[in-house]
Amino acid sequence: MFARNRHTVQRLGFTAITMMAVFTVIPIVGTIIFILFKGGSAISWEFLSGFPHDGMRAGGILPAIIGTLYLTVGTAVFSVPLGIAAAIYLAEYASDNRLTRLIRLAIINLAGIPSVVYGLFGLGLFVLFLKFGTSILAASLTLSIMTLPVIISTAEESLRSVPQAFRTVSISLGATRWQTIRRIILKEALPGILTGVILGLERAAGETAPILFTGAAFFLPRLPGSPFDATMALPYHLFVISTQVPEMPIQIQYGTALVLLVFVLTMNIIATVIRSRARARRQW
Amino acid sequence: MEKSLTLREFIITRLIQASGYSAILFVALIFFFLLREGLPTLAEVDASSLLSIRWYPIENYFGILPLITGSLIVTLGAALIAVPFGIGTAIYISEIAPRWMREILKPLVELLGGLPSVVLGFLGILVVSPFLRVFLDLPTGLTAFTGSLLLGGIAVPTVVSVAEDALDAVPRSYREGAWALGATHWQTIWRVTLPAARSGVLTAVMLGVGRAIGETMTVMMVTGNAPVMAVKLGSLFSPVRTMTATIAAEMGEVANGSTHYHVLFFIGMVLFLISFIVNIIASSVVFRAKKRAERILS
Repeated sequence: MFARNRHTVQRLGFTAITMMAVFTVIPIVGTIIFILFKGGSAISWEFLSGFPHDGMRAGGILPAIIGTLYLTVGTAVFSVPLGIAAAIYLAEYASDNRLTRLIRLAIINLAGIPSVVYGLFGLGLFVLFLKFGTSILAASLTLSIMTLPVIISTAEESLRSVPQAFRTVSISLGATRWQTIRRIILKEALPGILTGVILGLERAAGETAPILFTGAAFFLPRLPGSPFDATMALPYHLFVISTQVPEMPIQIQYGTALVLLVFVLTMNIIATVIRSRARARRQW
Repeated sequence: MEKSLTLREFIITRLIQASGYSAILFVALIFFFLLREGLPTLAEVDASSLLSIRWYPIENYFGILPLITGSLIVTLGAALIAVPFGIGTAIYISEIAPRWMREILKPLVELLGGLPSVVLGFLGILVVSPFLRVFLDLPTGLTAFTGSLLLGGIAVPTVVSVAEDALDAVPRSYREGAWALGATHWQTIWRVTLPAARSGVLTAVMLGVGRAIGETMTVMMVTGNAPVMAVKLGSLFSPVRTMTATIAAEMGEVANGSTHYHVLFFIGMVLFLISFIVNIIASSVVFRAKKRAERILS
């Protein structure tokens, strides 16, 4: 009697937990399918390669696509070397002392700062104090700092997962510490680092709040010509056309959401594939 | 050649070290610039006005209480959704799901974490809020509750991944011990694994809440942007405005160096301090728990 009872409890409990997982997953899949479905019909060559016109109510979204590409590349230029170097420091050089704990605390805090606060910071430091103006440069720098914690923590984890024996053998063969890191450790940790970099950049590509006051432009008649120009960007463009433009055709809104989603999903899938392939191939 | 090699090694080591320290520099810089632009508020607006319940910057009313209560009510609603679903999903992934299911679910939840918040806000405007307006028979679908619902979705991946790590870190011997004593799988989860992972799960909850309170675009797009005090339960179903949304919506239109500009930075400072406190508490919980675990195992 008692035994049956607790098995009933287990069955009920498992059902409840499974339902929760299902209710978490269905909206994710639903959202993606819904946007693919609704936005699909807006996609045409003209939409992807044309400039917006008629107050953005017609035409394409090329400047926003190019702008997001520029911002993503700009973010990578700053955050990838800095993030990987910081991860190397934490994984290979730092000893467990108070300073290292302070660095870790700083990284945790960077990860938690609201994106709009990054926007304020970028406005204060890059746009106004350093006089970069509202520009791709200022926006990229702001996004880089926001992206750093993701890159640092995944890269560090990946570096740490390389077995100690690799280091011992390399050093015993006469390699210096840096040679060991560059030729052996980085090579082995590369897939993990790459995954972290892509996930970090994916976040940067989809962010709106940090670029609102640092680099995003409502509308530009031509493509930005230098890092000191402002730029249109897909997430900001979606925000603008879904809230600021009256009588905006719904097709263009869904189309823009679809392009942004595909941009971000592609990065996400690449990262997932790299990670799972590296895991499958790992011999240690 | 020997010498140049050592010199190069030396320079590279220093560069790597400097990059490591840079995280501290950035946090300090962020705090410094928020203070620099935000502190003049205290000289320009009296405390009584700042703590009043009226936010109407055009007429120099800078009461930030409605914005704070707005953020709190939306975040509370989001937490009520994200915590049970997040922990439930984490338990499912870590303890119940078969291996192949886990391989599908983990990337999917990660995918949700990567969805741009502006896309969720966009769907909030076009799908969720019209649905809620009809379904709950409200005058407008742009309410705190709409924000909570979407923010819950944004906070879930954070809760799931941190809680799942915590559950995963519970040694297998704990579970085996419970099974050996005749506990069912469910009893083991409920009485052994979950309590053992308690501190990590708590961290997950805090980080999820931190994520929700700092979210900007989604709440700005779907909560209706009305800076009114949200202190009643009914406020959940009326428009509110959060601190983050206020900064995002108004910063573009203020003159640099004006009082309004300083107040917006002041709100940013408050947000920074909230996330700072949440993260320090969350990480110290983990730290303490780790120490305790080391003590037990050694």
